[in-house]
Amino acid sequence: MIQIIVFLPLLAAIVAGLANRSIGNVPAKVLTTGALFVSCALSWPIFLAFMSGNESAYVQPVMTWVRSGGFDFDWALRVDTLTAVMLVVITSVSALVHLYSWGYMDEDPDQPRFFAYLSLFTFAMLMLVTADNLVQMFFGWEGVGLASYLLIGFWFRKPSASAAAIKAFVVNRVGDLGFMLGIFGVFLVFGTVSIPEILVAAPDQAGSSIGFLGLRVDTMSLLCILLFIGAMGKSAQLGLHTWLPDAMEGPTPVSALIHAATMVTAGVFMVCRLSPLFETSQFALNFVTIVGATTAIFAATIGLVQTDIKRVIAYSTCSQLGYMFFAAGVGAYGAAMFHLFTHAFFKALLFLGAGSVIHAMHHEQDMRFYGGLRKQIPVTFWGMMAGTLAITGVGIVGLGGFAGFYSKDAIIEVAFAADAPYAGYAWFMGVSAALLTSFYSWRLMFLTFWGKPRWADSEHIQHAIHGHHNDVDHATHAHEEAAADNPPAQEDAGSAPHAHAADAEQLPDGTGGYHPHESPLSMLIPLIVLSVGAVFAGFVFHNFFVEPETAGAFWQGSLAFNEPLMHAMHEVPTWVKWSSTAAMLLGLLVAALMYLRETDAPRQVAENLSPLYKFLLNKWYFDELYTLIFVRPAFWFGRIFWKGGDKGVIDRFGPDGVANVVRSSSGLAVRFQSGYLYSYALVMLLGLVGLVTWVMVR
Amino acid sequence: MSDIGFPILSLLLAVPLVGAAVCLFVGASAARLVALLATLINFVIGIVLWASYDPAGAQWQFVERADIFGPFSYALGIDGIALMLIMLTVFLMPICIGASWNAIAKRVPEYMSAFLFMETLVIGVFAAQDIFLFYIFFEAGLIPMYLIIGIWGGQDRIYAAYKFFLYTLLGSVLMLIAILWMVRAAGTAAIPELMVYDFAPQAQTWLWLAFFASFAVKMPMWPVHTWLPDAHVQAPTAGSVILAGVLLKLGGYGMLRFSLPMFPEASAQFMWLIFGLSMVAVVYTSLVALVQQDMKKLIAYSSVAHMAIVTVGLFAFNQQGLEGSIILMLSHGLVSGALFLCVGVVYDRLHTREISRYGGLSINMPTYAVFFLLFTMASIGLPGTSGFVGEFLALAGTYQASTWAALICTTGIILGAAYSLYLYRRVAFGEQKNVDAAAMSDLSMRELWLLAPLAGAALWMGIYPESFLQPIRRDVSMIVERIDRAKPASDSQLVENVGWTERFRTVREEHHENTAAGGAH
Repeated sequence: MIQIIVFLPLLAAIVAGLANRSIGNVPAKVLTTGALFVSCALSWPIFLAFMSGNESAYVQPVMTWVRSGGFDFDWALRVDTLTAVMLVVITSVSALVHLYSWGYMDEDPDQPRFFAYLSLFTFAMLMLVTADNLVQMFFGWEGVGLASYLLIGFWFRKPSASAAAIKAFVVNRVGDLGFMLGIFGVFLVFGTVSIPEILVAAPDQAGSSIGFLGLRVDTMSLLCILLFIGAMGKSAQLGLHTWLPDAMEGPTPVSALIHAATMVTAGVFMVCRLSPLFETSQFALNFVTIVGATTAIFAATIGLVQTDIKRVIAYSTCSQLGYMFFAAGVGAYGAAMFHLFTHAFFKALLFLGAGSVIHAMHHEQDMRFYGGLRKQIPVTFWGMMAGTLAITGVGIVGLGGFAGFYSKDAIIEVAFAADAPYAGYAWFMGVSAALLTSFYSWRLMFLTFWGKPRWADSEHIQHAIHGHHNDVDHATHAHEEAAADNPPAQEDAGSAPHAHAADAEQLPDGTGGYHPHESPLSMLIPLIVLSVGAVFAGFVFHNFFVEPETAGAFWQGSLAFNEPLMHAMHEVPTWVKWSSTAAMLLGLLVAALMYLRETDAPRQVAENLSPLYKFLLNKWYFDELYTLIFVRPAFWFGRIFWKGGDKGVIDRFGPDGVANVVRSSSGLAVRFQSGYLYSYALVMLLGLVGLVTWVMVR
Repeated sequence: MSDIGFPILSLLLAVPLVGAAVCLFVGASAARLVALLATLINFVIGIVLWASYDPAGAQWQFVERADIFGPFSYALGIDGIALMLIMLTVFLMPICIGASWNAIAKRVPEYMSAFLFMETLVIGVFAAQDIFLFYIFFEAGLIPMYLIIGIWGGQDRIYAAYKFFLYTLLGSVLMLIAILWMVRAAGTAAIPELMVYDFAPQAQTWLWLAFFASFAVKMPMWPVHTWLPDAHVQAPTAGSVILAGVLLKLGGYGMLRFSLPMFPEASAQFMWLIFGLSMVAVVYTSLVALVQQDMKKLIAYSSVAHMAIVTVGLFAFNQQGLEGSIILMLSHGLVSGALFLCVGVVYDRLHTREISRYGGLSINMPTYAVFFLLFTMASIGLPGTSGFVGEFLALAGTYQASTWAALICTTGIILGAAYSLYLYRRVAFGEQKNVDAAAMSDLSMRELWLLAPLAGAALWMGIYPESFLQPIRRDVSMIVERIDRAKPASDSQLVENVGWTERFRTVREEHHENTAAGGAH
């Protein structure tokens, strides 16, 4: 069964991808979407079986891969609780995103290619989570990277899209460098890359030391940190996060599937999968905690001021991943996985909701041109409302609440309860980030759905209006628009006021005469399904993921479940339990004040705190910094090595120098040029003569 | 004595040789057919050879021997490593002929003849069991290449061929002297016997250097690599394919066959020379590749970077390093050959290799874009393609020998992704800004048939590399055993469960060193 789940999407991807336009849009879409729904339908029974305790871990061998002097690894599919959780997350979100794309990509001329990529991604992700050895995990790891590259660059005509695609791949490769070295180190230490064997052998190596770059370091710390660098790249953690916001160049369903629900959580999955390994190194766990907690707050600060709806959600994702990491860092792997699980639903929901808004607003992504959409697109509104309630963690202590209330608050509480060295820092950052999360999430909601329409100034809306008014080439227009979800003018949304057309007719109500339409059913069904998840996932599943009495039996040792820590989580003081709720309320209050009541306040705040505002708006200047210290020097050195090294030194004193000597001394340049072959043959001949002579006289 | 009672290796040499002779006496279109037929027959013979090779059998199989005079003899025989490289050759040759089908218009019979002659010589290099025979094949194999560049090349073909010649000249003279010395000292010219002969360590140093001079140029290693970009740029497409696909493997093969087993002590002694040059090469040539404006030059520089990973793997003194290097050589043969074909496809249409003259080819050439992407991904070592298996194993082996070398060489995966994807972006992505490039037609049936087998082979090697690892396993482990006595100490030594005092010292040391890479607490 697991083979069908994993390989059916691959098969669909190959058929749809190779046949491409020759089989037409609908068959390609039916094939890929159908395959995903089958995979999804087969995945849930596995998950339910693990929930009821009727199933235990097993490995399904597939094929030999590499045998090289003890460095042996095979293709195999491992199924255990951890895998089962990921299976349902991946196949459910993927199936819904496939369905959603029927509506969202309806006008695109390249649909089979898009659906093939989506299915290919799903296959790679499934290979990642079913890996029984580190190398297959790396296969999936890079496979999702490839799919991500292809999908970010799906609208490859746009320079910004293809640039973002390269950036995503290359930045991820920086992380992969760590991952690869980590695998090499693991093989050196353990003599195997089989995950179960490593996890068993890891405690014996605690306290040993190993040489690395001429230093002597603690073995387990080194291995864990190298592997974690890989996780940082894939999960867009501080330092290696710069690719994620740019990845929003891809179509919105891609952002929902890859850059919110599944691929970016691969790093968290990896840390949980290898949790017994990480447990052997407090140093590595501290590192994970600090990186996670810092990313949680860092990304949230940037999310506060972004104006592109997708970028706000992207930074939100980055921040939520930080939560998952510091949960793992303090030892609460169950809580990390729980948040991964609920986050997949509500973040996919938020992205798909945003996609629906963008669809309704004729591909406008800037929230400054939204407003008052509550009535126009009610289903989308209520879906995003559910997502916002879930991510901000709305609920009442002791009674219940939305998904995030269970998972995020569990993380914040467990950080308080844990006595790990940096848990206090993580807790403080977690609560602060919860405040910011609430603010930027509600800001998004208020800007989009409340207030008066501000649509008229949008270039995209102008396009739409003129298209309607003239009724000329409307279809062509729509076509172009579909192929340019986010035109270059949007590239750095928010860094400067838009130069949107001002000559358009200004209707007093700000609508510009535009009428947003609710999305088609294929897009609304996924929103509704995911809304159900965002509302109930926390309530239904928290017993299995985090409750100390029941979760141990659920995980079956597939991650290092720390029961005493989860008990301690319940023992935290009441004020701690309320702290995140208070943070959430404060964020909501401030957002409501600034965006509903005193609508001039945001501008004033931005003016009064101009340096800080610019700092956040420019994303802490990470991109500028990296351009300055990596990108430009790379090109500069490349030119120096080429012109200066190869041409200026090696050739000048090498072959060219010799040629000049020969030419000037003999004056036989012409003859030399045509005679080089003969001189070569002559040398060989002379050699052979010498050889024969030597043989004769011996 | 042949295992199948038939001198199959001689046949493998004879078929292209006869074909080469026939080509000279027929017209252009007949010459094409003869060449295609000869290379296809050789490919079939190659398959028979592979099928009848017994990985568990004798080390040297299909052995033939005829004494000529003195120590010199016509001796052929192959082990698994040679088998794989012969397979690569016979696989690529028909593709090269196909790639030259329309692209070569002048002096077709001579051209086809040169190619077939080269096939004989290259197979001879891999099959030779007599060191003089090896030398003749090894050096003579480059003559047809000079001709191909010098006659059928581009604008600056004379300069390129001259550079190629000058570099190889120095190495070959030194190697010949070393060979003479060795045969005299060991009293035999048989390679299998020389491979187990123990030369005095002092002599090894000089012999190693003499061989190194030749192999480093052929590899090519930094800083004697500058002939390669020029040779590639000037060579016709098929010339580039065979140059990157097979001729660059001669250096690596030489190191496997001579440097390592014959001079283990010297190899250990010079390990850091190899590591140092390779580390420089990976970073240096990758950065140079990043700024190239000419497609062929870019791929040529990337070849140097890939070959540097081959050399570190070869001198890692362990099974993974050697096996990885061999797989990487095979993979590079397929993948860079395919990339040069991809360049040839668009060159045939637009007659320029200038990257900026293209753009948006995904729109008008979708099939081409898919193949180009696949080979680009294989080149940057995406798991599931051949490049990954080779690179991964070679670097895993390197890590065991030196973490520094592994770290620096692994940066190649980042830089490789950067320059390859940057190339792909400029060629296949973006708007169609050049009208003539936008009017180009997608792959023809002939071109599809050239690229598809390469794609299939690259995926096969990535997904089930066991087919290629199995024949070489025993031969590699024999080399590893042989050189084990000289194995240099590794910097990644594991010290298990150090005592408390020891640990305390470690921690303090580390605080002093203040490393960011890892630490103990």
